[in-house]
Amino acid sequence: MLNKQLLNVKDLYVDVEDKEILHGVDLSIGEGETHVLMGPNGTGKSTLGYALMGNPRYTVKSGEIWFKGKNITAEPVNERAKDGIFLSFQNPLEIPGVTLSSFIRNALEQKTGKRIKLWDFKKDLEKTMAILQMDPSYAERDLNVGFSGGEKKKAEILQLLMLKPSLAILDETDSGLDVDAVRTVSAGIEEYQKTCKGSLIVITHSTKILEALHVDYTHVMVEGRIIKTGDASLVEEINENGFGSYETQEQ
Amino acid sequence: MKEKSQVEDIDRSIYDFKDDEKDAYRIKAGLTPEIVQKLSKEKHDPAWMELFRLHSLQIYNEMAVPDWGPSIEGLNMDQIVTYVRPNTKMKAKWSDVPADIKNTFERLGIPEAERKSLAGVGAQYDSELVYHNVREEVAAQGVVYTDMESALTGEYADMVKKHFMKLVKPTDHKFAALHGAVWSGGSFVYVPKGVSVEIPLQSYFRLNAPGAGQFEHTLIIVDEGADLHFIEGCSAPKYNVANLHAGCVELFVGKNARLRYSTIENWSKNMYNLNTKRALVEEGGTIEWVSGSFGSHVSYLYPMSILKGRDSKMEFTGITFAGKGQNLDTGAKVVHIGENTSSYINTKSISKDGGISTFRSSVVVNKGAENAKSSVSCQSLMLDSESRSDTIPAMDIRTKNADVGHEAQIGSISDEAVFYLMSRGMSEEDARACIVSGFADNVSKELPLEYALEMNNLIHLEMKGSIG
Repeated sequence: MLNKQLLNVKDLYVDVEDKEILHGVDLSIGEGETHVLMGPNGTGKSTLGYALMGNPRYTVKSGEIWFKGKNITAEPVNERAKDGIFLSFQNPLEIPGVTLSSFIRNALEQKTGKRIKLWDFKKDLEKTMAILQMDPSYAERDLNVGFSGGEKKKAEILQLLMLKPSLAILDETDSGLDVDAVRTVSAGIEEYQKTCKGSLIVITHSTKILEALHVDYTHVMVEGRIIKTGDASLVEEINENGFGSYETQEQ
Repeated sequence: MKEKSQVEDIDRSIYDFKDDEKDAYRIKAGLTPEIVQKLSKEKHDPAWMELFRLHSLQIYNEMAVPDWGPSIEGLNMDQIVTYVRPNTKMKAKWSDVPADIKNTFERLGIPEAERKSLAGVGAQYDSELVYHNVREEVAAQGVVYTDMESALTGEYADMVKKHFMKLVKPTDHKFAALHGAVWSGGSFVYVPKGVSVEIPLQSYFRLNAPGAGQFEHTLIIVDEGADLHFIEGCSAPKYNVANLHAGCVELFVGKNARLRYSTIENWSKNMYNLNTKRALVEEGGTIEWVSGSFGSHVSYLYPMSILKGRDSKMEFTGITFAGKGQNLDTGAKVVHIGENTSSYINTKSISKDGGISTFRSSVVVNKGAENAKSSVSCQSLMLDSESRSDTIPAMDIRTKNADVGHEAQIGSISDEAVFYLMSRGMSEEDARACIVSGFADNVSKELPLEYALEMNNLIHLEMKGSIG
């Protein structure tokens, strides 16, 4: 592999409420690479995202997760966040009483261990919100409370751009968005690729979000396993033929 | 910043009786007319007040202890004299103040001198100056703001006599009767017609006065078209060796007047808080209650609003946080008498570590209260499976044209929300505290900024160490 290895998932088995969802996933991601994870509904894509982030509901039965040369399989969520893993939620939760702005500032301070100057932060935040075409007033609104689906997704990408993680997992960030919103979100992701030089795992059903993005690898997940890995052209192929051939292959 | 300085020990002299032998006898016998008479004399009561106290005492001795709420068995009623009159033996020492209270002072960043005062021991910090300045400022608008004792003999003595315990009568319940017999300290406020008091008046300063804070009486009269915000209490835990608080608050809201009454209390966790608060609202008037209950071992607290005049309104926003060993029975009552009256009750309760939080509400709509509107909403958050949360709403509607609604919700902290916050680097403890503060947010928003911050600090303190 050309790029220095960032994430290495070795033969991962994951249970959710005593039901095995992932049956031995192997995945290796280098620095600065963009990986697309596709597959039919209910096949374990989001489960992989949650397991990488460390959601305690998702139990790793066997296998290991290595990040930046460290075994993080047993690490709690917040430690992984500090290590540089970020998950953009499919359904971001509403948290009353905390403004979007203070939430991001707090997260930044947690990550860097330093106090962030309010003035610099506000300027940076406004600039980033402009990229995402977000109304600046959202910064002072309670986190995701009463946000539309599109604004919630934009707020996730805003956090991504502000926190600058080394690995971002985007869990169906494009779902439920109209064409314009997909374009805006996609521009935000492009910005992350460009300015943060971070790695990406893009979990998606559709290919719209990928049009403007540079993709290095594409993985197809079916029934809890990655059954095929290819380059960007695999996206095109799936776009035309769907997952049908893979599912029959499984049987 | 407020100037603070150290002054001498709390003056317990008003309660000091010299006759030791007789004392021992009296303690056994409970509260006697002699004790009450002596208290009355020491306080230089007017004659009617002495009679009032004695009459209240009689009622007190005849009434039974309430048995419909949380148990108050831990309160030794035979020792009631020691609550009324802490003797020298019971005088607290700083070294006797429980460690958790000292820690809380530490964490809240309360200055040393103030800590001792709040703990009811040693030095008392000089709040008199601040209090005096505030009084001067509002006096220019014709507002009377004074302690209850001075009010009894001052310029407004007749007004005080006319209103004192007329809204909360000694016959209401045993602890109201006890209050009538032994009350001491508290505030009197009179806002004349049309006067809008810009700054909130805070009884915080008064509560540090000797002997106050246990049976204190608050009487507020807001005249026609006037406007006042009064803040009672303090978020730092008040520690008292005598663990009974039976205060009384009477609020008279005149025609088209508005009164906002905010309370934050964080009594020490050995306290029995049996407090009675009531407001009478005339035509077009508004009473707004904001109430935060964090402390005490047992609380009975249901501020009541009597919407007497047509178009009068009440709004109640409350939060109760019951932790380990706490049984907090709180809520609100409203009586609709006038036409077009409206009440809006919105409460949140949090229980944790086996704490019990009960929300009790009573909505009465009288026959003549045409077009009355009432909405009651109660949300509870239980932080673990040992804790308990109950909702006991009562309604008595006697008119056909009333719009009355009740809504209750009980829930727990969502694991997904904790995960979401943690995925951005927050510790589990902070994530939970953050969700709990968010839950309490509608109450914080009603409080002046410094109180909102203190309440937030309190929540974070209460949440500390809650992760096993």
